Amino acid sequence: MHEWALAESVILAVSEEAKRENLKVITRVKVVIGELQQIDMDIFKFALENILQSSGLSLDMKKINVEIDKCILKCKACANEWSFSEALKNLTKDESESIHFIPEVAHIYMRCPECGSPDFEIVKGRGVWIDYIEGER
Amino acid sequence: MDPRLNIINNRLADVKRIIAVSGGKGGIGKSLTASTLALGLARKGYRVGLFDLDFCGPSDHVILGIEGVCPEEDKGLIPPEIYGIRFMSIIYFSGSSPAPLRGGEVSNAIVEMLAITLWGPLDFLIMDLPPGIGDAVMDVIRLIKRVEFLVITTQSRVALSVVKKELQVLKELGMSIAGIIENMRVREHSAVVEMAESFGVPVLGSVDFDENLESSLGDARKLLKTNFARQLEGIIYSRIAAGGPLQS
Repeated sequence: MHEWALAESVILAVSEEAKRENLKVITRVKVVIGELQQIDMDIFKFALENILQSSGLSLDMKKINVEIDKCILKCKACANEWSFSEALKNLTKDESESIHFIPEVAHIYMRCPECGSPDFEIVKGRGVWIDYIEGER
Repeated sequence: MDPRLNIINNRLADVKRIIAVSGGKGGIGKSLTASTLALGLARKGYRVGLFDLDFCGPSDHVILGIEGVCPEEDKGLIPPEIYGIRFMSIIYFSGSSPAPLRGGEVSNAIVEMLAITLWGPLDFLIMDLPPGIGDAVMDVIRLIKRVEFLVITTQSRVALSVVKKELQVLKELGMSIAGIIENMRVREHSAVVEMAESFGVPVLGSVDFDENLESSLGDARKLLKTNFARQLEGIIYSRIAAGGPLQS
């Protein structure tokens, strides 16, 4: 349920940005979530909708587009690239859950499939961010 | 736009004071001071949180003997309460495995934990910072404007040369410095006082080297009975109980 905490941060950020830009109505918001975060999309959207209702923000839930960004990892030792979805098959439930909460702990539980190094880069697909907010003044 | 940054101050809104225990060098007693300070304040009836921000070398759980607990998940993460302390650490997610994290990843993990941790109302949140002026220190400065730094040093010329650099950065950035504690004192020496004076920062007091401290690690009750804890109490708690700032 820490999806709720992230949803709360999204609505607060939209609200603060709308205020800063003097937006009376928000027409479109795009939220991108890294695959590494392993968010339960149903819970996240449910949380967004609930928090939105009590926020006083002039924004329809249907105008929030949430997308998942595929996670790509790149080894700093041998430059091999691989996807999180491949790596996920080798993780236990507990390891996967730890990465869900703090994605950086992927470095503890995952290794480069080519050379075995823990020194890899999360090229993309990490975190939660707002790609854009559109509205009318 | 990273929305997590917007929520961090809300998460800390019900925390009255945030004290970051820092110091340049490793091994000068930052974690021991942070853990013992949290423990002592909790024993005095204050609502206390302890956040171990040393992700590559977390040790507060070892000092306090914390094991077998994990945060409760309810619209965020609620740190478990042990010995009256709400305790948060990366160990809940890393276990006893090493965390080979580079700078940007440390920063991201700090932002994530600050954004999802629900501390609730606290009188004090003690943050245990890793050595150096790296990502953790810079993120605390960037994200938590009302933090007060409690700087630990020893008499060692090596420690002093590094702590000077940290004080220089904190001063330059206009951060609040509660004061300096001289730890592991082995003899009277003016070096710490002279350095503190040169920065206009108060020395709150000195704690003697306590050779029996090691045998008390992992046992919170024994830890509170050490000379280290008693001297720390003498330096800090009386000032806090008086309701004033840490410095005189």
